[in-house]
Amino acid sequence: MAVTLAQAINAALADEMEADPKVLMFGEDVGQLGGVFRVTDGLQERFGDKRCYDTPLAESGIIGTAIGLAMYGWRPVAEMQFDGFTYPAFEQIVSHLAKMPNRSRGTVKLPVTVRIPYGGGIGAVEHHSESPEAYWAHTAGLKVMTPGTPDDGYSMMRAAIRSDDPVIFLEPKRRYWMKSDTELPVTTEPTHEAVVRREGTDVTLFCYGPMVRTCLEAADQAADEGWSLEVVDLRSLSPLDTAAMVASVQRTGRAIVVHEAAMTLGIGAEVAARIQEGAFYHLEAPVLRATGFDTPYPPAKLEEYWLPDVDRILDAVERSLTF
Amino acid sequence: MSTAASDPNDLLPPDEPVHLLDPDGTYHADPDHPLDLDDGQLRELYRMMVVTRKVDREAINLQRQGQLGVYASCMGQEAAQIGSAYALAADDWIFPSYRELGAALVREVDAAGFLHLYRGTWLSDHDPYAHNFGLMSIPIGTQALHAAGFAMGAAFDDNPIVTMTYFGDGGTSEGDPHEAMTFAGVFKAPVIFFVQNNQYAISVPLERQTAAPSLAHKAIGYGIPGFRVDGNDVLATYAVTRRAVERARQGHGPAFIEAMTYRMEAHTTSDDPTRYRTQEELDEAAKTDPIARMRNYLTARDLYDQDLEDGIEEQAKATATAVRAGIYDAEHGDPLELFEHVYDDPTGHFDHQREQLQAELAGAVDGEDL
Ligand SMILES: Cc1ncc(C[n+]2csc(CCOP(=O)(O)OP(=O)(O)O)c2C)c(N)n1
Repeated sequence: MAVTLAQAINAALADEMEADPKVLMFGEDVGQLGGVFRVTDGLQERFGDKRCYDTPLAESGIIGTAIGLAMYGWRPVAEMQFDGFTYPAFEQIVSHLAKMPNRSRGTVKLPVTVRIPYGGGIGAVEHHSESPEAYWAHTAGLKVMTPGTPDDGYSMMRAAIRSDDPVIFLEPKRRYWMKSDTELPVTTEPTHEAVVRREGTDVTLFCYGPMVRTCLEAADQAADEGWSLEVVDLRSLSPLDTAAMVASVQRTGRAIVVHEAAMTLGIGAEVAARIQEGAFYHLEAPVLRATGFDTPYPPAKLEEYWLPDVDRILDAVERSLTF
Repeated sequence: MSTAASDPNDLLPPDEPVHLLDPDGTYHADPDHPLDLDDGQLRELYRMMVVTRKVDREAINLQRQGQLGVYASCMGQEAAQIGSAYALAADDWIFPSYRELGAALVREVDAAGFLHLYRGTWLSDHDPYAHNFGLMSIPIGTQALHAAGFAMGAAFDDNPIVTMTYFGDGGTSEGDPHEAMTFAGVFKAPVIFFVQNNQYAISVPLERQTAAPSLAHKAIGYGIPGFRVDGNDVLATYAVTRRAVERARQGHGPAFIEAMTYRMEAHTTSDDPTRYRTQEELDEAAKTDPIARMRNYLTARDLYDQDLEDGIEEQAKATATAVRAGIYDAEHGDPLELFEHVYDDPTGHFDHQREQLQAELAGAVDGEDL
């Protein structure tokens, strides 16, 4: 059956709410409207407005109350409407959601899942296309994960809700309508493991979320040039699966990290560091990055020039191969 | 420093919003809100509302034709925006959100320029200093603090200007407007917090947004008087704002105005309001239309005739046509400009990225990578 990423996440939320009466879903417009992307469609109707409710327009309030609800014993799933609107909640996420379990020396558990549609490519106005993953991955105490396929959308969402650690769950919004032929429920690899989406021998592309599909397209095109690319979907950005990254580079000897987020201090920087630590003698070329530029996200009409695409990725592949 | 207000009752909003015009145009004089507008100004208010609605409709059409990515209509809110913006002096400043087409037109911001943000040509098009009109602010309520700071800055400099900021009913739930009111109260900043209560924040109705008796009540906790006005009554909106502005200009500090209005269109063109509100509710709201009301008033005063309507209609059409011409298939700018305004003093690393984009663009032009 063809399932979109949005439908897969919706099904995971419903199945987890069904399985665990402590699971709550809340955020701006998630109730009657079903969310601006309809990811929570039907949940309020099915589970009632105590289990799935609209909040006032206040992101700090959403995350701060999620912390209180979790301390009481609920299992909150909180939606931030867009990536660029998580910042009012930065304080609650960084100072408390991430740190309180550690502060309590293990007595307080915060099984909160923060769902964030993220990334660009949808022609939106400012603040609706950001990739803030590095902020969260840089913050100890948060698990950060992002599905690149509908199957992972389902399976990782359920795992995120079941995790006793706080999870930042980044949903690649331009892939919400991406379909896969799948029967739900589906269980994919454990969330902390990276997955090889395509095997190759010449260069590894490390990617996640929205760029998984782009990298697979790049690998298809590269095959026409006679280049064999391996595509590794990181899935979990914190923790990172170092072993899988190192193993892939040991096979290919070359690595390119691809993400939409700006280059400087993005996930790519950490991936490159770990590869040189773990696979230094296998490297045939420096680890390169194909990413967004170090500028604010551009207006919609210019995003195609800003976002990494097949061309920018293949350009990096060529530079790596000819190094 | 000022001391706390002597009597909280002085800060409380009235039970009923100030209202001067009935929907049929009947005028009720109010000694607290005298009208200091001549016939020409009354017609001017009407004209600006009609032009705003026409441009607003054109923007919706342009979005449907794929010319704008999205658009947030101000239909139904013309009186709230134009009555309030018109009450300011030319030197006074406005810090808008994203829905203030009407206020922008009062400030003579080019309408097509205004819409370039929604087209995604650039992140903004107008020079705030040329119009005393700030940049559109999409993160809800954040601009309230900029307005408070701007007003503080003017006061520190003994500059007698007043600053006004717009936000929505939903915006009153965010933290920033509350911090803005805290600062404005403490520093007695000459700033007006003008809230268009259009009853919805996307799908969330007012009763799910707040348990306060009214939004204007929120102000009094900060030592700021809360005013309420019928926001579909352009004369009342003008008069109430005027009073608050003069009060601020005379050094009596900030004010909060809640204008009761209704968002007649979807939240934005991406929204489907049939999922959360009924046609009956919409039909009911249409009866309070601000433009019809003002037309009824002008007619009763013998200030309205077919000639006036034709002239305004012609001007509205001309503006809408100019907007269409300015937006339709408008070229985007040079992608390299993305690097131009990020830093005053860009570094070498930054130059390297600019060169990379330049090379990509050259490759695409040569057809190598197409
Ligand atoms: C900080 C932040 N959170 C969420 C959003 C998404 N959003 C855009 S408009 C809107 C509702 C705003 O309602 P209101 O303040 O009443 O103003 P209106 O749009 O009705 O004029 C929301 C939730 C945003 N722009 N900024």
